[in-house]
Amino acid sequence: MRMAQKIGVPILAIGLFVAFWEFLVWANGWPDYVMASPSDLPKAYARFWELFLVGSWQTLWRTVAGLGLAVIFGTLLGMIMGFSRIARDGLYPLLVGFNAVPKATLVPVLALLFIGQHNFNTVLMAFLISFFPIAVSVGIGLSTLEPEYRDILRSLGASKVTIFRKIALPKTLPEFFGALKVSVTLAFIGTNLVEIISPHGRGLGALFLSGQTNSNYPLMFAVLIALAVLGILLYYGVVALEKIFAGWAERLQG
Amino acid sequence: MDNLIDIKGVTHAYKTPNGPLPVLDDLNLTVPEGEFAAVVGPSGCGKSTLTRLVAGLMKPDRGEVWLHGELVKSPRKTVGMAFQNPVMLEWRTILQNVILPLEIVAPSMPSADRKARAMELLSLVGLEGFENKRPSELSGGMRQRASLCRAIVHKPDVLIMDEPFGALDAFTREDLWQTMHQLRANEPFTAVLITHDLRESVYLGDQVIVLSGRPATTQFVLDVGYPGEGLRQLDGLYTPQCAEMLATLRDQIRIAQGRQPGPAVH
Ligand SMILES: Nc1ncnc2c1ncn2[C@@H]1O[C@H](COP(=O)(O)OP(=O)(O)O)[C@@H](O)[C@H]1O
Ligand SMILES: [Mg+2]
Repeated sequence: MRMAQKIGVPILAIGLFVAFWEFLVWANGWPDYVMASPSDLPKAYARFWELFLVGSWQTLWRTVAGLGLAVIFGTLLGMIMGFSRIARDGLYPLLVGFNAVPKATLVPVLALLFIGQHNFNTVLMAFLISFFPIAVSVGIGLSTLEPEYRDILRSLGASKVTIFRKIALPKTLPEFFGALKVSVTLAFIGTNLVEIISPHGRGLGALFLSGQTNSNYPLMFAVLIALAVLGILLYYGVVALEKIFAGWAERLQG
Repeated sequence: MDNLIDIKGVTHAYKTPNGPLPVLDDLNLTVPEGEFAAVVGPSGCGKSTLTRLVAGLMKPDRGEVWLHGELVKSPRKTVGMAFQNPVMLEWRTILQNVILPLEIVAPSMPSADRKARAMELLSLVGLEGFENKRPSELSGGMRQRASLCRAIVHKPDVLIMDEPFGALDAFTREDLWQTMHQLRANEPFTAVLITHDLRESVYLGDQVIVLSGRPATTQFVLDVGYPGEGLRQLDGLYTPQCAEMLATLRDQIRIAQGRQPGPAVH
């Protein structure tokens, strides 16, 4: 019953949304080049399905690669900030400033720095845009660890590494996954940003761009929908990981 | 001669932005092997600092801490700790929480033995049947019971407790006092208990140490002559002997707080 509700309600919501969209286009009598309607989309998918598959894969792997880098780098940075007060004081303003820079401005910078390295640039952007929440959450999680938690192991002569592995790391997992849910969306945006802005890009973003240059509006909308689906998949992938590795934290709130 | 804990002239000050904050001043304290020392004193006087020194978590500016005839320079595996916060690891079951110290202290111990040892303690404190529950599914009193099991699972020779019952309601607290006596009857250990409850200090302690206000020094030591034979009974707290001891302690606390001793309160 609860399972059916969990799956049925979102599907119903999506169905209602699509119906409303179709109705809106029909009622206003909008032509294709103003606003495509859902019924135009299957044609677009049928015609370009190969491009969609290739594009989705490229967008997906580059997002995941960028996110993977963000997890590694963000966690390391978070650890440094979590354990050292000096590092925290020094790095924090720098990070905030970096995070405040609109990432679109970085696309041409990266493109000039690494000319022609489209894959590399895309992964780099996904990484740059998404490591911040991870670093901050890990840093805060570690620095706010109550001293007693450390002391129960420290009083037994446990090493710093053991304390980190047995206490600090698992204890910050809920915060880490909270940040990862934000980061996965950011990384996805970063990937698409580069794909759309770069002149000879790949992935779904490039497909969107080609739809625009060819005035194929149903294709553009079809790409948007595909992006939404991919975004949902990525997000719930993280949710699934969270359930596996930090499922215990759910009971705390409940 | 065979004092298990020997604290000699310990002096310590914390470095703060406003200069050094003297917390302990030439504090001396001895606890014979197997005895239970209850430590009371005004809040903020340095009691928790004392526990951290005994556990070897920090070094005093001056003075020495000896455990079992060895100078404490760093943490030792023969110490167990419990705090006011039960400090349960929420991602572990109760059983896994209790086993934790064994993972550090006895990494080669077979897991079946670890489990048996933890279960022995859990059933002693009445937590049999809860071993596979998560800490969040247990009440505060039950979590504190599990925390006590974890503190002694590796058979430490010193158990250090910093206000472990401070956050519990009165009934649960009295239950846990009795559990404490049961544990001691089963497992010989030397204990230091920080508390702000004078009745608790008399019911559990073999000696009660009153610390002065900050910077703390040993102001007064009371040898508890608890009425009755065998395992201590709660009723004993309402006898004239206990009333007298409590009155003495209350006067001492008042002095420690820097006030004049008032008329004896009974
Ligand atoms: N790490 C620390 N740095 C600076 N001051 C501290 C630190 N820990 C405790 N203090 C201060 O030292 C005094 C004694 O602390 P504590 O030993 O925790 O007292 P108690 O446990 O008796 O309440 C308090 O005034 C406290 O604010
Ligand atoms: Mg304290």
